[in-house]
Amino acid sequence: MEAVKKEPVIFEGFVIMPYKYSVGSMASKFFIKIRDSKVICGAKCPKCGMVNVPPRSVCPKCFSKVEELVELSGKGKLETFTIVHYESSVQALKPPYAIGVIKLDGADTSMTHFIGGVDFKDIKPGMKLEPVFKAKREANILDIEYFQPA
Amino acid sequence: MANRVAIVGIGQTTHSGRRPYVNDGELIYDAVTRALEDAGLTINDMEAVMAGNMDMFEGHHLNDAMLNLYSGAAGRPGFKMNTGGTVGTMTAIQGWYHIASGLYDVCLVIGWEKHDEGPATPAISTITDPAVDRHFLVGAIGGLATVSVAYMQRSGCKLEHAAMVRANASQAAHRNPMAHMREIYSVEDVMKARMVMYPLNLLMCCPTSLGATAMVLASESKAKKICKKPVWMKDHVTVHVEYGGAQFGIGEKRWTSHMEAGAKLFKRNHITKPMQETQVFEMYDPFAFAIPMWLEDFLVCEPNEGWKLIEKGALKLEGEYPVSPSGGVLCTNSIGDSAILRVAEAALQLRQPIRRCTLHQLYRRLRHT
Repeated sequence: MEAVKKEPVIFEGFVIMPYKYSVGSMASKFFIKIRDSKVICGAKCPKCGMVNVPPRSVCPKCFSKVEELVELSGKGKLETFTIVHYESSVQALKPPYAIGVIKLDGADTSMTHFIGGVDFKDIKPGMKLEPVFKAKREANILDIEYFQPA
Repeated sequence: MANRVAIVGIGQTTHSGRRPYVNDGELIYDAVTRALEDAGLTINDMEAVMAGNMDMFEGHHLNDAMLNLYSGAAGRPGFKMNTGGTVGTMTAIQGWYHIASGLYDVCLVIGWEKHDEGPATPAISTITDPAVDRHFLVGAIGGLATVSVAYMQRSGCKLEHAAMVRANASQAAHRNPMAHMREIYSVEDVMKARMVMYPLNLLMCCPTSLGATAMVLASESKAKKICKKPVWMKDHVTVHVEYGGAQFGIGEKRWTSHMEAGAKLFKRNHITKPMQETQVFEMYDPFAFAIPMWLEDFLVCEPNEGWKLIEKGALKLEGEYPVSPSGGVLCTNSIGDSAILRVAEAALQLRQPIRRCTLHQLYRRLRHT
């Protein structure tokens, strides 16, 4: 045991796991609409009327198939938020930055995104927000650069 | 004493190599709604939901967590199973336990995979001990190729027999509208395929497939009310094994988990002549040597006799003991879905024996866990 304590053998490995993700029938339309028209849409359930943003093709409330997209203004309300200070290789932004849970007008569910264009100390739950789109858009959620005070 | 458990609803998607217009959740929803429709029930009738898929095979950890609203699992009890190729059967067995124990009367069990989108080989490679085996038995094929060579060495099985297995599988899959690779191959076609890892050439390996399968399981009291022809899950055996060199056996006598499982299953069901007392075997056959080798290991036939059965044509669709009449995993390998699909295919054969092939009077079916 003494010899092992002096020189324990530790294998250092790494695993590369590239993957793809087909975003699905409704989310494809959602991202293309943002990319081409800077319009955020929700998915409206034909049975119970629930509007999901980001859209999904199955209603979480009544388990019906959802195919209708409805255009929203993009404006909404901040439900809650936090400020990110720690750094990790999987982050899209360099800290510090703010993330918020935002409920868009006309939606029944909330989405997460960055909060920008405002001092951290001025971010308050309930504040009105609007999206800021990137100039070059690629049909993904980061085509919305952040939400800022409306 | 365990309560009896029956399969009362079966749904599967069509299987293919690419389906970029749907996400995992939509694939699952497709299978679940078909199973519910088959059972004549709604998601609200499901008391528990069991989901099966492997972490990181598609680049997601705890991938059921982002799919529970698609599967109907959200808000309901149940387990996520996370074994490898066996995950689908383990998921069905989880459903069985929940009903056999008397805890629930109706359970939904689901397996799925979008194999083309994920890093399956890097993920599978992490099964083995990183200090010793991981460099050598890369992915699933390393272990499967080496056990195939060992089988050829001890049994006299030749490459041509594996090619016959694949040619037979292609005939079966051609008649299964839900299978992925439905092309018909001759023995010569299979022999000409490019070598991947000796002795397995491309056609002797299972394909990269995607699809989902869901089943509704029910207790005896509910099953008879839900459907006219419930398919009973009579028995199952699970045996653990350690991957890497240990899978070739421990000690002087050759031992595999299949041998242990087969011995237990037949003994406690009083089956002494499996090929006479059962009519068909739906096997998880991910490489062509699996069928002759594992028929022997499951004690269905005598050692070194598996390839001789192939040579005689006994394991074909119209043979005396058909193996994997669905086309098996050799023609459809949506991993997280592959094993539950074996159970579903077995149940379909029992429920509607002439649905896809010419087999009649199938009373009991083995499945590979």
